[in-house]
Amino acid sequence: MDVSDQAVRVDAVASDTVLIQARGLVKRFGDFTAVDGIDVDVRAGEAFGFLGPNGAGKSSTMRMIGCVSPPTGGELQIMGMDPRRDGPAIRARLGVCPQSDNLDPELTVQENLTTYARYFGIPRRVARERAAELLNFVQLAERAGSRVEPLSGGMKRRVTIARALVNEPDIVLLDEPTTGLDPQARHLVWERLFRLKQQGVTLVLTTHYMDEAEQLCDRLVVMDGGRIVAEGAPRTLIERYSTREVVELRFAADNQEDFAGKLVGLGERIEVLPDRVLLYVGDGDAAVSAVHARALTPASVLVRRSSLEDVFLHLTGRTLVD
Amino acid sequence: MSLADAVAPPRPKTGLVGRFPVLAVLEYHLVAYRRTWRSGAFSSFLLPLLTVVGFGVGVGAYVDAGVGGVPYLDFIVPGLIASTALQIAVGESTWPVLRNFEWVKIYFGQAATPLRAADIVGGHLAFVLFRVLTSSLAFLLVAGLFGTLHSAWALATPLLVLLIAISVAAPVFAFSSAVRSDNYVAMLFRFAVIPMTLFAGVFFPVESLPVVLRWLAYVSPLWHGVDLCRAATLGLAPAWSVPGHLLYLAAWGFVGWLLARSQFRRRLVI
Ligand SMILES: Nc1ncnc2c1ncn2[C@@H]1O[C@H](COP(=O)(O)OP(=O)(O)OP(=O)(O)O)[C@@H](O)[C@H]1O
Ligand SMILES: [Mg+2]
Repeated sequence: MDVSDQAVRVDAVASDTVLIQARGLVKRFGDFTAVDGIDVDVRAGEAFGFLGPNGAGKSSTMRMIGCVSPPTGGELQIMGMDPRRDGPAIRARLGVCPQSDNLDPELTVQENLTTYARYFGIPRRVARERAAELLNFVQLAERAGSRVEPLSGGMKRRVTIARALVNEPDIVLLDEPTTGLDPQARHLVWERLFRLKQQGVTLVLTTHYMDEAEQLCDRLVVMDGGRIVAEGAPRTLIERYSTREVVELRFAADNQEDFAGKLVGLGERIEVLPDRVLLYVGDGDAAVSAVHARALTPASVLVRRSSLEDVFLHLTGRTLVD
Repeated sequence: MSLADAVAPPRPKTGLVGRFPVLAVLEYHLVAYRRTWRSGAFSSFLLPLLTVVGFGVGVGAYVDAGVGGVPYLDFIVPGLIASTALQIAVGESTWPVLRNFEWVKIYFGQAATPLRAADIVGGHLAFVLFRVLTSSLAFLLVAGLFGTLHSAWALATPLLVLLIAISVAAPVFAFSSAVRSDNYVAMLFRFAVIPMTLFAGVFFPVESLPVVLRWLAYVSPLWHGVDLCRAATLGLAPAWSVPGHLLYLAAWGFVGWLLARSQFRRRLVI
């Protein structure tokens, strides 16, 4: 999908109604500040992402939005309501897929959904119907009667996502929906989430996978150390903070730093990582020729499109995935 | 688009579960219990049968005089009913609570829904009461078959058993939600449940104990439960005032409930 195409789609789907509004939102645990004064607006119908490394404060933010963790400071409004006062009423309209699954492994897949539906006051018959529909939706209908325990991680994740939809929520909160899944399972989840979005459900998700953020999010914020370091549509961020292409060079030496000096002038920017050197350039192939022209012989060369990972590296000087 | 268009209107609260969400929590525990109740039902008959035969008939054969003129079997059956209620109430309020916080984190899933901490504790406690009640009914049936029930007041035993259960389950919920490992559960059994079972008047009158231990027995909820159950099945006056017993047990339950609710809140809302 090219850039202009995506921009059109965003306009068509997202409205200007703000469902989640945070101003100077702070979460402290004792002396430690996990979320350090963030401003966020999530609009109805959009897919909004929190991208950041471990410990950035993504889950802490999600838990405040999920009304299970009172903010230490700042303002938070969800669907026009105040989480401190209207917790149960807000939670009734949310679907939550937590970072780690908390299904009951002893119950069947279906029982997990129907018992959960009852917490929302949904009548038993409706709960059963909805469980069947949702298991179809996440392609687990044939496992409805099996216990959860022996299911694979990817299947459990899909059950959790189905469970999050059992109350027909207005906003679905997904904390790392695909962490730990194999590529195939991940694509299935992405595809289902994309469908939800098309149905007009507002999605809020966290991830440390830039491809996930690029695929799913209309807009995202990059978080680091409890703060927002950048904000915008994925493509916009990449254009603003990175170049079109990146050349990854691995040199057969312990210290990649030694080679960095010899590359000066070949790209707009050079990043030296412990195991490789990144050249930020407009034209990757031209840059590779230039490297060879300097009689440098890297052990491996990779030319790729710039990604959010590069944006993150540029903003924080660190890589996203450890 | 306005907020009202973007968000579905709040649903009217319909049905019992809609109005009392605590029932939805109870329902979850019952659904989970459905997987194991068969083996549970069997042991809830077997256990009283074995204890009645072992202690009452076996040990009773050596206690010719009985206790204060009451045959030994008849003396210990109400004590066993009360102490079984204690065992089940504590068992069901320890490992399952730890499981739901630490191992499977069921409570955290529940806390993400409209349920409040009080619903989450209340629904699980209600299930514990259900477990204790059904097991005690089985015990009572066995006791009746052995001819150890001597008064129509025996019909009140299930209610007494519920009171005993809440008086221990509620504070134990508070305990289990405050600890992070089941080592503490083992300690609770070693230092509270077992001593109570042995010394709170189940097997012999507390008057036989040295004064200090006797007072510990008086403080324990079990002694009050045993005294009430014994009065009910034998049709004799209890050793202490009935309202006093009832209020004392209710106080344990009430304080326990307040502690459990606030401890659950502390764990679930962070
Ligand atoms: N209950 C808590 N008590 C104390 N510290 C906490 C608590 N929850 C989170 N933290 C700390 O707050 C920081 C942010 O944690 P959080 O879980 O929000 O990060 P995250 O962005 O979700 O990370 P990850 O990608 O690893 O899930 C971390 O340093 C974490 O140790
Ligand atoms: Mg997290």
